[in-house]
Amino acid sequence: MSVSFTRKEMLPPLPPPVGERGVVKWARENLFSSPLNIALTVLGVLIVWWLVSASLPWWLNSVWNASSLGECREIVAARAGEGATGACWAMIRERWHQFIFGFYPPSEYWRPVLAFGLLFAALAPVLFSGEKRNLLIVLGSVTVFLAVTLWLAETPVVALVLSLALAVVLVAVSQIAPGKVLWFTLIYPPLCYWLLWGGSIWSPIVAMAGFAVLYAVFRLASPLIGLAPAAGAGVVAAVLWWLYLDVPIASFLQSALPFGIDAINSDRFGGFLLAIVIGVTGISFSLPIGILLALGRQSDMLIVKTLSVGFIEFIRGVPLITLLFTASLLLQYFLPPGTNFDIILRVIILVTFFAAAYLAEVIRGGLAALPRGQYEAADALGLDYWRAQRLIILPQALKISIPSIVSTFIGLFKDTTLVAFVGLMDPLKGVTQIVRADINWKGIYWEPYIFVGAIFFVFCFGMSRYSMYLEQKLKTDHR
Amino acid sequence: MAMATDAPKETFRLSMLVYDTRYRSYTIQIVVLLLFAMAVAWLLNNTVENLAVRGKEFNFAFLWQRAGYDIGQQLIPYTNDDTHFRALLVGLVNTLVVAFWGCVFATILGVIIGVLRLSNNWLIGRLMTVYVEVFRNVPLLLWILLSYVILSETTPQPRDFRVTDEMIAAGEEPKASMILFDTVAVTNRGTNIPAPLFDRSLGSIQIGFLPVSLNLLAFIVVIIASVWANRRLLAHAKAVQEATGDRPVTWWKSLLILFGPVIALKFALGLHLEIPELKGFNFQGGILVAHSFTALLIALSLYTAAFIAEIVRAGILAISRGQTEAAFALGLRPNRTMSLIILPQALRVIIPPLISQFLNLTKNTSLGIAVSYLDLRGTLGGITLNQTGRELECMLLMMLIYLSISLMISAVMNIYNKSVQLKAR
Repeated sequence: MSVSFTRKEMLPPLPPPVGERGVVKWARENLFSSPLNIALTVLGVLIVWWLVSASLPWWLNSVWNASSLGECREIVAARAGEGATGACWAMIRERWHQFIFGFYPPSEYWRPVLAFGLLFAALAPVLFSGEKRNLLIVLGSVTVFLAVTLWLAETPVVALVLSLALAVVLVAVSQIAPGKVLWFTLIYPPLCYWLLWGGSIWSPIVAMAGFAVLYAVFRLASPLIGLAPAAGAGVVAAVLWWLYLDVPIASFLQSALPFGIDAINSDRFGGFLLAIVIGVTGISFSLPIGILLALGRQSDMLIVKTLSVGFIEFIRGVPLITLLFTASLLLQYFLPPGTNFDIILRVIILVTFFAAAYLAEVIRGGLAALPRGQYEAADALGLDYWRAQRLIILPQALKISIPSIVSTFIGLFKDTTLVAFVGLMDPLKGVTQIVRADINWKGIYWEPYIFVGAIFFVFCFGMSRYSMYLEQKLKTDHR
Repeated sequence: MAMATDAPKETFRLSMLVYDTRYRSYTIQIVVLLLFAMAVAWLLNNTVENLAVRGKEFNFAFLWQRAGYDIGQQLIPYTNDDTHFRALLVGLVNTLVVAFWGCVFATILGVIIGVLRLSNNWLIGRLMTVYVEVFRNVPLLLWILLSYVILSETTPQPRDFRVTDEMIAAGEEPKASMILFDTVAVTNRGTNIPAPLFDRSLGSIQIGFLPVSLNLLAFIVVIIASVWANRRLLAHAKAVQEATGDRPVTWWKSLLILFGPVIALKFALGLHLEIPELKGFNFQGGILVAHSFTALLIALSLYTAAFIAEIVRAGILAISRGQTEAAFALGLRPNRTMSLIILPQALRVIIPPLISQFLNLTKNTSLGIAVSYLDLRGTLGGITLNQTGRELECMLLMMLIYLSISLMISAVMNIYNKSVQLKAR
């Protein structure tokens, strides 16, 4: 008989000590690793406690149904006792449409809503080029969004059916031939203009026909006189079209085949409608101008370079407010006597130039960051200037500068609030002041600012997240 | 036998201006120049015509007329009998003051937040991330308006500070009390802060049109002199150390040199603080800081701090881990590693974007118009413009001034940037 003194089977491993696993380990490493860290944690807890204890009752006692601030306070006092604080979201409930649309006529709300929904349909092929799945997600969401919101906005039946048909067609096209959705992006700008400002449908169509004239003249003339002169001739023809033929043809077509929707004046625009119109237009036009300015600044041609540098440095050296005042006060001096064009358009032009100057510097950084060898390789391949830029330099330079480009865009969108200073109704100063001047809502301040701030936050934060996605997607180095 | 022929003779054809790369750049430049000149001429012509139509002329004589309006915050003497030019200067000083303090506070706050965001404390890291994202993604105008509204609508009235005999008898507390050891009173009319006063003042002298306080000047001179003397002392100590191996004890000498003269000057001039007191219906004494200034300063500092925090964080992250490890391998202590290895390299990354944040902050001071802060934009571009109707002159002058401020800041900061830049050989 043998008695074994040693264990025959292995003991199961013990779990790690309590301090080395789970929540305790995590807390020890992340919250209490050193005296300084402990102090910081205590400080952080105090800050959080202070924030929560100061604001939680206010959020919990929110009032959604009331007709004035006084009534809100009565309800809060009745519910939570005298001296309790409570948010009065009833103000937002009553005035939200002013924050979103300004003084746009309520019966026409479907037009900005439609334009907003289609904006994403137009952006989708640019943002997610050729990715069927993402296109389907975006366009599908747009269709659902339009179906719901247009229904809620009491859209005329014809418009509702047409818009939904358009959305469904876009979804179908995106699945059959994803590249073709880009055509919608091209017709979106005039469509959006027509939806928002209304009027005869022929004015935007005839104005766009100018580009068709440009292209036709270019195609016809280029075999005869060469590319560059043909392009020049095309531009001249298009300018002549816009100067002399545009208005008569449009009015003739309107009288022959009258079709249009109610024209809305620019002073009815306000709130986020205004911010988004200015922001989106500024963003889409500032990028090409910024690229041209950056190339001009990097150019070997002295005069082009000097002009670009002068423009960029001037715009970057003065505050946007002074440029906006230039739009509202000085443009009347610089244009021929009697010219008077829309204030929103003037503001958009100045905001675009402002953003373009900043973008130019950002893109110049990207151009400068490219290794010299890339330029030399492009030359060695025998590419001419524009081909080299388009195929080799710009794709890389733009990729490098994506984060800064997007933060410039975010800055532009935030700066749209400054149009309040030239008398337009931005959501922050314009609408909020109107609301706060109302006798019913006098003395309200947290609620409108939180509401407007939250919407701005969603847009800007969304843009910055998208830039991170894009960076990930375009990343080609193997780290 | 064929003779070697000359190279084919260069004949100049007109199409070479477009197709020959040797000439094309000249063609393009000349076309651009012509277009530019035409545009400028067109604009100038329009301006001249428009001025003629409106019966206005272009000159700056209005700057020497009586302004006739009051400015709340004036750091150089000004009455409404002074000229528009004087009002412009007051506005310019107001712009510069808020820009200067804004840069100072934003940098301090931004550096703290940027460093804390990198700390391995989970809670603090998250809190700072929330701060940065919230402040970066919401317009500055909102922060300005919100701070102003909170300051002017939620703060107590001056009479709430009153303590009457009945209240003392009844043991009641006043509704509001002063903060910071009873020296600062925040009321709905503004913030009352203590004012420095001199019993034996040196007076002030006039330099150009700006009065300069000799007291302030004396303090600046004394401080600069003490710092210089202290550096000489340290240099001497270092020389002795290198020569003999023993470093002389310097700390009490340093303290004496740095603080002795300043304290002596304080007593010589009789510097004391005049603390605001509630008299009648309002606070008397001290300095009344308008809420427009405070709100603008708070909003600008908090907003820009979020951007600076990101710059600082990126700058520190840009220094590779190997640098720290190499420094440790050399036997440097952590704080020496920070000051000798990490910071000098991080600063090179941080400075250029920091400059552009300072510039942005300076330009953003023009948003003070939202809370009626009378800065350059409020005086020259606001009241003066409306009173005289000289849009063209006022706007051009204002742009010129902002442009010069921007160019000056970037020039100064670029010099500094050059001094910390990597010396590539």
